Amino acid sequence: MGMNMTEKILAQHAGLESVVPGQLITCKLDMVLANDVTAPPAIKEFDKIGRPVFDNTKIALVPDHFTPNKDIKAAGLAKTVRDFAKENKIKNYFEVGRVGIEHVILPEKGIVAPGMCIIGADSHTCTYGAVNAFSTGVGSTDLGVAMATGEAWFKVPKTIKVELIGKKPKNICGKDVILTLIGKIGVDGALYKSLEFAGEGVAELTMTDRLTIANMAIEAGGKNGIFPYDKVAEEYVKGRVDYDFTPVEADPDAQYEKVITINLSELTPVVAFPHLPENTHPVSEIGEIKIDQVIIGSCTNGRFEDLEQAAEVFKGHKVHPDVRCIIIPGSQKVYMDAIHAGYVDIFVEAGCAVSTPTCGPCLGAHMGIMTAGEKAVSTTNRNFRGRMGHVDSEVYLAGPYVAAASAILGRIAVPEEVE
Amino acid sequence: MTHEGKVWRYGDNIDTDVIIPARYLNSFDPKDLAAHCMEDSDEHQDAPFATNVVEGDIMVGGKNFGCGSSREHAPVAIKAAGVPVVIAADFARIFYRNGINIGLPLLEIGEDVKKISHGDKLKVDPSTGVIENLTTGETFHAQPLPGFVQEIAKAGGLINYIKEKK
Repeated sequence: MGMNMTEKILAQHAGLESVVPGQLITCKLDMVLANDVTAPPAIKEFDKIGRPVFDNTKIALVPDHFTPNKDIKAAGLAKTVRDFAKENKIKNYFEVGRVGIEHVILPEKGIVAPGMCIIGADSHTCTYGAVNAFSTGVGSTDLGVAMATGEAWFKVPKTIKVELIGKKPKNICGKDVILTLIGKIGVDGALYKSLEFAGEGVAELTMTDRLTIANMAIEAGGKNGIFPYDKVAEEYVKGRVDYDFTPVEADPDAQYEKVITINLSELTPVVAFPHLPENTHPVSEIGEIKIDQVIIGSCTNGRFEDLEQAAEVFKGHKVHPDVRCIIIPGSQKVYMDAIHAGYVDIFVEAGCAVSTPTCGPCLGAHMGIMTAGEKAVSTTNRNFRGRMGHVDSEVYLAGPYVAAASAILGRIAVPEEVE
Repeated sequence: MTHEGKVWRYGDNIDTDVIIPARYLNSFDPKDLAAHCMEDSDEHQDAPFATNVVEGDIMVGGKNFGCGSSREHAPVAIKAAGVPVVIAADFARIFYRNGINIGLPLLEIGEDVKKISHGDKLKVDPSTGVIENLTTGETFHAQPLPGFVQEIAKAGGLINYIKEKK
């Protein structure tokens, strides 16, 4: 019986010829990741085991959530991670000034590669499926154990195939694809399952689109999201990844629990209403929703192409007087590239605040917290109650085009409405 | 070991931001986390969970309980609040792993969860998955944990399991 991409990577890393959904396996890990929130408890659990780190080149510690340190307790967490990284000579540790958002910098720096088996103590670790890796989020105990053993247990998931067809229209981005999918299947539509993206439409998606889509597989409850290794992926990893890697492709007779088809040519810009990412609505049908804040950034939409889309819309326009717009490049490289491309000039001239890389407001940590009654359009990934501050504030999720247009008009809008 | 306790009933899609808001993640001391557990929930606002929970109370949610962030702080907060077992229609994947790994039993009972109300008294045996609703007299059966996951639970969590294996 044929295997799909996720099954192939899991089988390979479990040392098995093949695996089937439901099977419990133990896999060797190629990379394990934690951040400033999840690493300190992981280190505490790791210390209880009493073994050295399994491989200091296969651990990535990325202090991105509360950095630059938002308060004294957060500074303590960052120090715990820093001391551990130094003591154990962790190769992939990144200090403020060099750090970016974990799921932006790991692909960008070629730390994650096709065919790898990766866990991270962050739910959006599923992002790396964009480069044809199996990659999933875990908690701190799993991570602590993995730092000691280099292994994790998995239940082989059932897989939903998402068949992408048609041409992607202008002003449609990866965020519209994934929010449309989550709107269709719900926040538990892929619970415990893998989402495998396939079909001719994959070629229509840039790597940035794919990273955004795989990133939000978890918002449908998914264990992972994975894309095939094609020309776009090959082009992206070339010059970044210096490991030997083995991409995987699905067998022609691979098994899927079901197939969902999305016709890219039929997509329109969408926004997900509070308080669930499944509350997807076409922007054209929502009427007037006034907003107080716009966030452009995060592990979902903090890459160069995302800022490029925002800059296209902002060029020659000002942020609405009633709106605070905060732009957060996902990495130092994204920041620098945006400076060189002239985008930071466009943002600052428009009246946006441009921040150093951080997860910041996405999880209501710092850098843009809302009070009661405020509404934000955000390119982040979650609009749960209280996610960006006060329990009575509201987050509307959208892609960078809609976020930028909304910042200019002071209400949720598409770029075509600007002028 | 069986647990008897009063039910704190919550709805569908209870996310980990509600269980423990990110503003409290600058600590991972279980007591600190328990003090803010369920603080952002819009349910039971008249008698909030953190200040009214009694050791032994049982948390019961709907579908997709624990969705969202991978923060292990969420099951840690629930456990530290004195809750010995969580029951739901089903759990989000990472929360489920985390629960098993930290030694907080989680039982999935699907649609039967609708037959448990806020304030009901339950008698629960996590090892057999048998749940008795002492208030209504009904009995439910949760799926047993598969294979070596059962062993992890029996050991009281992943760290003990790994140490025993060594």
